[in-house]
This record gives sequence, structure tokens and C-alpha cells, in this order.
Amino acid sequence: MTTRELLEILDGTLLVNSHRDDDEFPMGGAADLMSDVLAFGMDGMVLMTGLTNPQVVRTAEMAGVGAIVFVRDKKPPPETLSLARDLGITVIRTGYTMYEACGRLYHAGLAGLGRVKIVNDSW
Amino acid sequence: MARKEITKVQELIYTTRVETVMAPDVIVAHPAMSLADAKNLMRDRRISGMPVVVDGRVVGIVSMSDVIRALESGRMATRVDENMTADVTCVTVDAYVVEVVGKLGREGFGRIPVVDREGHLVGIVTTGTVMQSLLQAMDTSYKKKEEENLHRYRASHIFEDVVSDDTSLVLRFVVDDRDFTNAGTASSQIKRSLQRLGVPPALVRRVAVAVYEAEMNLVIHSDVGGEIVVDVRRERMLISAVDHGPGIENIGQVLQPGYSTAPQWIRDMGFGAGMGLANIKRCSDLMRLLSEPGVGTRLDILFLFRDNPIGVSSKSGETT
Repeated sequence: MTTRELLEILDGTLLVNSHRDDDEFPMGGAADLMSDVLAFGMDGMVLMTGLTNPQVVRTAEMAGVGAIVFVRDKKPPPETLSLARDLGITVIRTGYTMYEACGRLYHAGLAGLGRVKIVNDSW
Repeated sequence: MARKEITKVQELIYTTRVETVMAPDVIVAHPAMSLADAKNLMRDRRISGMPVVVDGRVVGIVSMSDVIRALESGRMATRVDENMTADVTCVTVDAYVVEVVGKLGREGFGRIPVVDREGHLVGIVTTGTVMQSLLQAMDTSYKKKEEENLHRYRASHIFEDVVSDDTSLVLRFVVDDRDFTNAGTASSQIKRSLQRLGVPPALVRRVAVAVYEAEMNLVIHSDVGGEIVVDVRRERMLISAVDHGPGIENIGQVLQPGYSTAPQWIRDMGFGAGMGLANIKRCSDLMRLLSEPGVGTRLDILFLFRDNPIGVSSKSGETT
């Protein structure tokens, strides 16, 4: 799915544009827990989140996230946006809730990760 | 490709402030100057118009078209303020570029004086200064990519260029306690260094996730901050996160996924779910946690490069 498609489906606003028009985001996910992002993050994925602090962008960088979608029209602080710009991550804002943003993208064909076992209980 | 550049320009004009696209050294005219002098000044400085200023404030604009009109009617000896446009539109330094683009483009202004909040002249924007800044901004992003390629080329050969029985590259990072603004910079630099060294992307991701969790632990729990030391060899890499903080009472407990002592404000930021060490263990080949209450904590994380030793560029397959 391309940036343009994300914007259309989410009725979103483009805050930072770090990708080319034909760049594809292969899958999506959603989390407000940063350790979840680190656990299931996949290269190039779209991350839906309700948190807007700069550490979300740092976490996204480590997990290889390609685009961040801030849900419920949350306005991120300027530090968050400038960090995303530096790190080459695309940032979008949408008025939809986390549930509906995910639903719309999934319905439009943006894949999830399927069943993931995050907890490693082999201590 | 062309469309991409257009969207990039659009982003730039909506997010860049006038301050960065203006020319700060403004050539100005005085109201009492003769139009002949104004003409000479514009000719010598190769400009086609300038603000007329009294005590740092813009009172008008005089341009080449005013000069031509005066030439035609033989009024070159008259004063600038008798020939200038007195009704001037200015913009403030903190306005966005999109505002001046509208005025220069749609409304056909040749130049717009830039003023500070007190109304003093601090710069001028023309189609030329805007274009120059935008081209520069686009060129910068291109240059950044080129520079990164150069870094990668140089770093990826370091293990071939330096000769020893077993070369090891040691990177040290200081992590400050509670410094949330900079939390993650060590991990970010480690990630970039490994990319430049030519470590396969999937492995870089595993290392980045593990070291970031370790760095956040130092920021959140160490009370005094700590140090991250990365020892990179051709076939393996050892990362140690060390602090001389309060230590851990019960190691068995903190190793349980979901166990956390993080305060609420940390949780509000999306951290402290008790999954850090579990994530580190999952990403790494070996993890060892040593701690003594009152003395400190040491976390060692080992990664094996297995089929992808550094500097052997023919094998670029990814391991997961």
C-alpha cells in the first residue's frame, strides 16, 4: 500500500513525507505499548498508535517501521516530526480511532502478521 | 518521480518558515534619495527593486518600473518617496513559506519585505530566494544519501584494512538517567554503525531492538545512568549495558515476562510493560544478566553473525 492510498483510506493528513510515491508498505500493526512494537515490528510496516512522544519515533526506527499513523487526530509535538524527518519515517494523522483506522486498512488489503507468539516463555 | 518532487516541495513550503528562505542582507533606499541615485544603486547591486526604510521600518517600495515611469516623464531628480509604492505588504519571519508563495505567484508581487514582530525589516523574499532555498533543501536530501553511501563503503572495509589475528571494534556510549529526550540515541548510532559495517538488515533489526530495550532500562531504572559498550568482531558482537545503580534484588523475578517496576509516568509513555528483557532474549543468541544490590547491574548480549561475517560482501543473504 502506498502513502497516497493510506491517506485516501484514512482520510488522513500527511505530516512528514519520507517515501516515494511508488514505495509500498507491506503490512500494518497497532500498539500503544512500545515493547509490543519492538516485539512484532516488521521492516517497512505501518504502525497505528495513539502515543505521540518522540520515543514512539525512536521505537519505530529500531523496529524498522516505515510509516506512523497517529489516530484520533492527535497532534504530535514538533520534536516528534523532526525526528521522523531525520530518520526517513513517514507520518500521517487521521481522525479515525485506532480500531477503525486498522479496520479500514485491513479491509483495503493491508496485511497483518497473522498469529504471533510474542512472549518467549522458554526461560 | 516528478510527482514525488512536487509533493516534497509541497511539504517544504508548508513546513518551512520564511526566515529560512529570505535574504537577510537587504539593500534599502531612503525616502529623501533622488530617483537617479536609487536607479544607480539598483544597477550597481543588480536588483530590480528595494524597500524604502526609515528607522528600520518599511515605508514603501521603489522598483525599476517606478524608475522607468520617472525617466519617461523627466522626474529623475525627484525624491524616492514621491515615486514609490507606499502601501507595502510585509510578512513576518515566523510565517510559513506557503504564505509568500501565494503573494509572489498569484498576486504577482516582485519582492516582499520580511519584518520581525516589532515591525523592523530583517530580510526580503523574492521568487529567486524561495527557489534557491527549495532547490538547496532538495539537494541536501540527495547529498545525505550520497554521503551515507560513502560512509558505508569506508566502514564496510575496516576489517579488511586493519590487520591482526582477531580485530575488534569497540564502541562506547554514555547513557544519562531519566534523559528521555536523548533516550535511544546510542541505539540509533549503533544501528547506523552496523548498517555501515555491512551487517545484514534482519540482523541489524534484532540488534537494534535488543540494544534499545537495554538503553531504555538504563534510562528508566539505573538512577545514575550507565554505559553501553559494543565489541564488534567479524563473526560476533558482544553488547554490554553496565550501570552502578541500585542493582536488582531478585533476578529471577525481573526475568519473568510482564514483571515491571516502572513508575506510572514511564508507562504513560508506552514503556515499562515488563517485556524488555524478554525481547532482548528473543532477539539475541545469548543473554546474561548479572546484578548485586547496591553495586550495580551488567547485561551482556551476544550476537553471532554465523553465515554473514563482516567484510565478506559476497554473502548478503539475511538471517532471521
